Amino acid sequence: MKIVKLKNFAKQVRKNIIYTAYKAGAKSAHIGGALSIADLVAVLYSDIIKIKKSNKIDENRDRFILSKGHACLALYSALVEKKLLKKKDLETFESDGSKLLGHPIINKIDGIEFSTGSLGMGLSLGVGVALAAKKKKKNYKVFVIIGDGECNEGSIWETILSASHFKLDNMTIIVDRNNYQQTGKNSDIMDLKNLKSKFASFGCDTFEINGHDLKKIYSVLSKKNTKKKPKVIVANTIKGKGFKLFENNNNWHHSVITKSIYKEILREI
Amino acid sequence: MNAEKNIKLWSTLGMRATFGLIALELAKKNPELIITTSDVSTSAGLDRFKKQHPDQYIDVGIAEQNLIGVSAGLSSEGFKVISTTFSPFQTLRCCEQIKVNLGYMKHKVCMVGLASGLVLGNLGFTHCSIEDIGSLRSIPNITIIVPSDPYELFKVLSEAINYRESVYIRLTAGSNSKIINKKDYDFKIGKAVEILPGKDVAIIGCGNILSNCLDAAKILKQKNIDCSVINMHTIKPIDNEKIKNISKDYSLALTVEEHNIIGGLGSSVSEIFSDQGSNCKLIRIGAEDFYSTGGSYDYLKNIYGLSTEKIVEKILSNFKQNEK
Repeated sequence: MKIVKLKNFAKQVRKNIIYTAYKAGAKSAHIGGALSIADLVAVLYSDIIKIKKSNKIDENRDRFILSKGHACLALYSALVEKKLLKKKDLETFESDGSKLLGHPIINKIDGIEFSTGSLGMGLSLGVGVALAAKKKKKNYKVFVIIGDGECNEGSIWETILSASHFKLDNMTIIVDRNNYQQTGKNSDIMDLKNLKSKFASFGCDTFEINGHDLKKIYSVLSKKNTKKKPKVIVANTIKGKGFKLFENNNNWHHSVITKSIYKEILREI
Repeated sequence: MNAEKNIKLWSTLGMRATFGLIALELAKKNPELIITTSDVSTSAGLDRFKKQHPDQYIDVGIAEQNLIGVSAGLSSEGFKVISTTFSPFQTLRCCEQIKVNLGYMKHKVCMVGLASGLVLGNLGFTHCSIEDIGSLRSIPNITIIVPSDPYELFKVLSEAINYRESVYIRLTAGSNSKIINKKDYDFKIGKAVEILPGKDVAIIGCGNILSNCLDAAKILKQKNIDCSVINMHTIKPIDNEKIKNISKDYSLALTVEEHNIIGGLGSSVSEIFSDQGSNCKLIRIGAEDFYSTGGSYDYLKNIYGLSTEKIVEKILSNFKQNEK
């Protein structure tokens, strides 16, 4: 792990996110939730997830599932840096017939494992994929990012029960704890209280970190899993992280970046 | 396996227990088969399967949304997956998971809906299932099959696990179900089977209710009305050609199903009649969009006009109005 490399990767991911959102123009984009996971995705794709550009689907690749599919700009941006997508693909975001819509569409060659966007479903697919690895005696790992708002969905808790019951130590679940959901604060809409203790009580190996501290993210992700339990990382993040205008401002959950705003925020990188 | 030899035994056991026996056979030939359930091993006749093939059996507990998610995840990794639980929970409870994972993403899962229709009427309408076909029929990339008896279930399962898309298999009736198919016959998904030829009236049915259709045809024969009975086992993709022919060749046709008359077999057939611009009168027999008071299978069949006597009455009162 080289911190400079991680920093650069994260910077590029943020650049790609705002570039794509800006190019999307009036179609608008989910900005806040993509930026809150930018550092998590950067570390995953820079140093953790084993996947590379290929014309064939590699059965041994690690699987990444973005269960909070609306944060797809972060995923697309990381895939560009990994050369699985082209930078010019980003310019087609949400345009007619594009493969890059406002929620991911399954496209394994490009590194998109599943179509997600309806909340509470991606994690369950992850359990199936992790179980499949055990049955096939494959060593690939499964990484899933879920949102804190997404934890309102009952299906998340059905799934956590099973991940723990099946002892899926090949699975890492990251909760993007940015404290906001579409129309306001989690605490106002549906209070999630202590997420870490919830996941611990379901039988997961649980960690809580600053989701923007690249070193910490790397260290907890690379920590070997020896407990025969799924790993859950509650990552405390800031919605819109990286740009003063967006940070903790829920108006930027889904919005339009105009030319003048784009010019202004670009200076912050 | 000589399936024909088992016709009697299987019909005594009913579709659910037969499903468990067939699953054992399928596992022999398909090492990549996995059965996923929501705490229904006993109800699905899977206790032996669970003991003999623990590595091919996954119980996710009473959590049907996760059942479909996990099944789709396994399927995406190359496993042949059969999921099963009681029909309402196999379909409506996880309907959006079916839409996104099996319809939209096209992951292949063979879903077996236990005890659909009216057979669990004593348990109330939480456990009856008269909405399953209607709900799933509006989702692209899902095939829907209603086997008429346990022997047909055997044929359906053998084809469905290798089929090009997800299949919902809807099981009806209980133990001591009626034998519809007495000997071997050609079964093909999407191809209706004429189980009784007749020139006056076409009775189109699906599931074990076809036994009432056959009994009704027998009674009507004595009254000089010659009914044909068609086993429309596949509701989607439905046998367009057969239905078009019926609409041309008959002046009266009926659909008979243990389902709401909205959304199921009757709707499917009437859509084709309408596209065709037919002169044939079509009567849809089934639940007329209401929840009845609960009770036994026979009690509910009678209320919904599905008993042999009610089918006969319906044909007598309508056939008179048509010129023979």
